[in-house]
Amino acid sequence: MSHAPSGHTKDLVRMANQIAVHFATYPRDEAVTETATHIRKFWDPRMRAGLFAHVQSGGEADLHEVARGAVGLLQAPR
Amino acid sequence: MTLIHETDYGTPARVSATLVTLEIDGRSITVPEGTSVMRAAMDAGITVPKLCATDSLEPFGSCRLCAVEIEGRRGTPASCTTPVAPGMKVHTQTDKLAKLRRGVMELYISDHPLDCLTCAANGDCELQDMAGAVGLRNVRYGFDGENHRAAAKDESNPYFTFDASKCIVCSRCVRACQETQGTFALTIDGRGFASTVSPGAKESFMDSECVSCGACVQACPTATLTEKSIIEHGQPEHSVITTCAYCGVGCSFKAELQGTTVVRMTPWKDGGANEGHSCVKGRFAWGYATHKDRIMKPMVREKITDPWREVSWEEAVAYAAERLKAVQAKYGKGSIGGITSSRCTNEEVYVVQKMIRAAFGTNNIDTCARVCHSPTGYGLSQTFGTSAGTQDFRSVDKSDVLLVIGANPTDGHPVFGSRMKKRLRAGAKLIVIDPRRIDLVRSPHVQADYHLQLQPGTNVAVVNAIAHVIVTEGLVNRPFVEERCDPKEFAKWEAFIAEHRNSPEHLESRTGVPADQIRGAARLYATGGNAAIYYGLGVTEHSQGSSTVMAIANLAMATGNIGREGVGVNPLRGQNNVQGSCDMGSFPHELPGYRHVSDDLVRQEFETAWGVTLDPEPGLRIPNMFDSAHDGSFRGLFVQGEDIVQSDPNTHHVTSALEALDIVIVQDLFLNETAAFAHVFFPGTSFLEKDGTFTNAERRINRVRKAMPSKVGRDEHWVACALATAMGYPMHYETTSEIMDEIARLTPTFRGVSFDKLDRVGSVQWPCTGLEDDDTGMAIMHGETFARGLGRFVITEYVPTDERTTRMYPLVLTTGRILAHYNVGAQTRRTANVAWHPEDVLEINPVDAEVRGVKDGDMVSLASRMGATTLRAVISDRMPAGVVYTTFHHPVTGANVITTENSDWATNCPEYKVTAVQVARSNQPSDWQVDHAKNDVERKRIAAANVLAAE
Ligand code: SF4
Ligand code: SF4
Ligand code: SF4
Ligand code: FES
Repeated sequence: MSHAPSGHTKDLVRMANQIAVHFATYPRDEAVTETATHIRKFWDPRMRAGLFAHVQSGGEADLHEVARGAVGLLQAPR
Repeated sequence: MTLIHETDYGTPARVSATLVTLEIDGRSITVPEGTSVMRAAMDAGITVPKLCATDSLEPFGSCRLCAVEIEGRRGTPASCTTPVAPGMKVHTQTDKLAKLRRGVMELYISDHPLDCLTCAANGDCELQDMAGAVGLRNVRYGFDGENHRAAAKDESNPYFTFDASKCIVCSRCVRACQETQGTFALTIDGRGFASTVSPGAKESFMDSECVSCGACVQACPTATLTEKSIIEHGQPEHSVITTCAYCGVGCSFKAELQGTTVVRMTPWKDGGANEGHSCVKGRFAWGYATHKDRIMKPMVREKITDPWREVSWEEAVAYAAERLKAVQAKYGKGSIGGITSSRCTNEEVYVVQKMIRAAFGTNNIDTCARVCHSPTGYGLSQTFGTSAGTQDFRSVDKSDVLLVIGANPTDGHPVFGSRMKKRLRAGAKLIVIDPRRIDLVRSPHVQADYHLQLQPGTNVAVVNAIAHVIVTEGLVNRPFVEERCDPKEFAKWEAFIAEHRNSPEHLESRTGVPADQIRGAARLYATGGNAAIYYGLGVTEHSQGSSTVMAIANLAMATGNIGREGVGVNPLRGQNNVQGSCDMGSFPHELPGYRHVSDDLVRQEFETAWGVTLDPEPGLRIPNMFDSAHDGSFRGLFVQGEDIVQSDPNTHHVTSALEALDIVIVQDLFLNETAAFAHVFFPGTSFLEKDGTFTNAERRINRVRKAMPSKVGRDEHWVACALATAMGYPMHYETTSEIMDEIARLTPTFRGVSFDKLDRVGSVQWPCTGLEDDDTGMAIMHGETFARGLGRFVITEYVPTDERTTRMYPLVLTTGRILAHYNVGAQTRRTANVAWHPEDVLEINPVDAEVRGVKDGDMVSLASRMGATTLRAVISDRMPAGVVYTTFHHPVTGANVITTENSDWATNCPEYKVTAVQVARSNQPSDWQVDHAKNDVERKRIAAANVLAAE
């Protein structure tokens, strides 16, 4: 009935990268913070968890460099 | 309530600082300069007989019935065309005038059928009234002379008839079509006695350019143009003032009734949004409210393959609550959620989002605005600080340049479209940015100065290129930017936008727009005086929707076109209450009034008021709900008055998500496409049965009043309250006004809003914070400072969408809407509006058609990598080569079977406007259409013996 989970993860990666690309025109630090803030403000926790899990399981390379930085920031203890 | 007769002052009001005092029939009266003698008399309570004048139209002076005598002037001038002068002494009733008027009436009546007793206009006929007013007693000419009394009737329009035998050739209809509507469909043919009114070149109304707005019918003083509903039912006996439930213009109407039967909808002159005008939908397409397809009883079923079973309201509520609770017990609080509708009232939406946050205990709440204007909310709040348009509609009267991008106001927002055309006819300049040659580009007496016919998906490139010209040619309004905007952000943006890659020359190959046209348009926008931007879903429904909104905001700030009349940034909202449903906290990350759920102070305020603990984390947006349904973490959905299966992109993805859910609850008027996947159905109410408010695109909060009692026996918000209560969170409101009072208490921008106040002042525009009646809110925003303090320029890099044309799919499909229909068409398809649009068609450029061997009217298959459908092709040179267009008003077409899951980077608003497709001749329905036809019957079965079965 349901799609393979990879379908959903692919969407999460696409969305994270789209956000990163928008902010990438700003200086790196700002870009990373803004991307992280955007994801924190607009993504349901399970979506964030899905993205983190993808990175943990070796999917880092799928992410835009800024999105990777943002994931790092989001996972850092606040 | 009694029948409301609006006063007709005969000629339009004039605005002037200079006042003129004169004397009429011995009474002294002071009016603004430019006012007609007729209107001044009316102001003093003196009625002058009239036929060809009415206050929605400029005076014409043809009937001579309004003649008056003015001391010191010769003859008997027409009071409608004579402006007042200081010290003037006017007499409206003298023996001479009486004789003259009687003579005029005698002529009219000698050529008029005398069937007053059986005439549909009996009791509402100005000719009859005037015959009475002038004391006409006999007609010396007899009735046997040459006359028009046998002229044929034109009944081609489904909503009104044209009975030429009753026409007095006053030309009010012709002028209404020109001045009010701007369509120029009617003409007066011939001269003198031979003159007659006719649509176009002696065509029938249906074959003419007529768009059935009804302005001519309203203007006609006789029974010549009459609503068929009046012919059928007779004259109304009482009226209720309410608001149209179709588009975001939010027109005010008088619902005119006999008992609880609506016999006519007449646009309300005092309506802030429409000032007495309407379109075919609001005025005529209300028959769906009593359509036989309406579901009147709640229904439930175990599985979606079962037939529906009618049950009591209480049983349906208990059943829904039980299943929702079971899902939550097993999969956690966040496993369920809901979607609110932009068609429902603010109060209904508020109650549903409260049910979800407080009773369901989750922020999984979203609204159909997700798929239309969510980028507006994001983009304008990032740049200006509020999620709303900056102007009122009236502001356009002060604009010198209109920039219309990704909007088709004459179809999507017709009443505002008419207003725009009026301003354009008066000389304002026009820039249209759209892949299609929309009507506004070239229509009677309107011609765009620039039509930038861009490739779909290149909005950001084009708007950036315009900004590039403004910055590099020194057209920035420096004083405005320095005073009003954040200097650091501006400096970053200025450096970015000035780069060569943003120049029109560099982007020309991408956008397809010649660089010199962009330069010309940029100069016009920056230097042409007051410049206003109007945009629609052609801006938002892209992968860079939010970027385009911000790029537009950058343009307005850079040129100082913000904060006063005639300028601004104006999203044209799709549905009637898109603005309101967003304001009411329908987004998963925001509580009412656009305040983030993670804000502890705001959350505490709601927690105290509601007596619950609220989740500080954002919930799922609609597309995320579908994704999570596929994942198995989201399993229950409440859908309020929305048809996500038909309206949301990538139908396969949506339906398979719905099939994966354990419980789907739908509240709607009809068993819509989404209901085919539901387990519980609650009957909804039409706007004629609702009590509450809608908020239009100008942030104007208008009252919606009950014209008839709920046909299903319950108000819609009762369901949310009962369901919340059954879920363990008691919720109850005695009256709808209590809901608004709660909203006002909890939302600073609504603090000054209450039903009592709206009933007194008509409407208010939020932010409205003062309780006093003289605070009717804010017509123009960001006057002195931006809502966020300093305006913020945002860098908007153009990023081409991932959706690319290929050899397999070489064309770009873009979707939209047309005048006669509304959204998924559930309402308008159940009215005579189908006469104008019986099916969705594919518009295709002649060249693209020819290479595929497609002829006008052929059936074609339209396929993308997502799916295929078959529909009729219409060859149209409005489309540029390489781009095709269709609408999504009819479920059998399933236009969204074609669209993809790609979405706006910031808000997940779907990219409806760009899909790579192929078109080929075909004579059979697509696989999807075959399945759909089968399911449509199966999934919508209502058990015949359900009443017995239920017992
Ligand atoms: S209905 Fe509207 S468009 Fe049609 S003729 Fe009358 S005024 Fe013109
Ligand atoms: S149709 Fe009505 S409004 Fe038009 S000219 Fe005849 S009487 Fe006047
Ligand atoms: S559909 Fe829109 S323009 Fe037409 S009457 Fe209703 S609110 Fe007005
Ligand atoms: S009303 Fe003035 S001339 Fe007809």
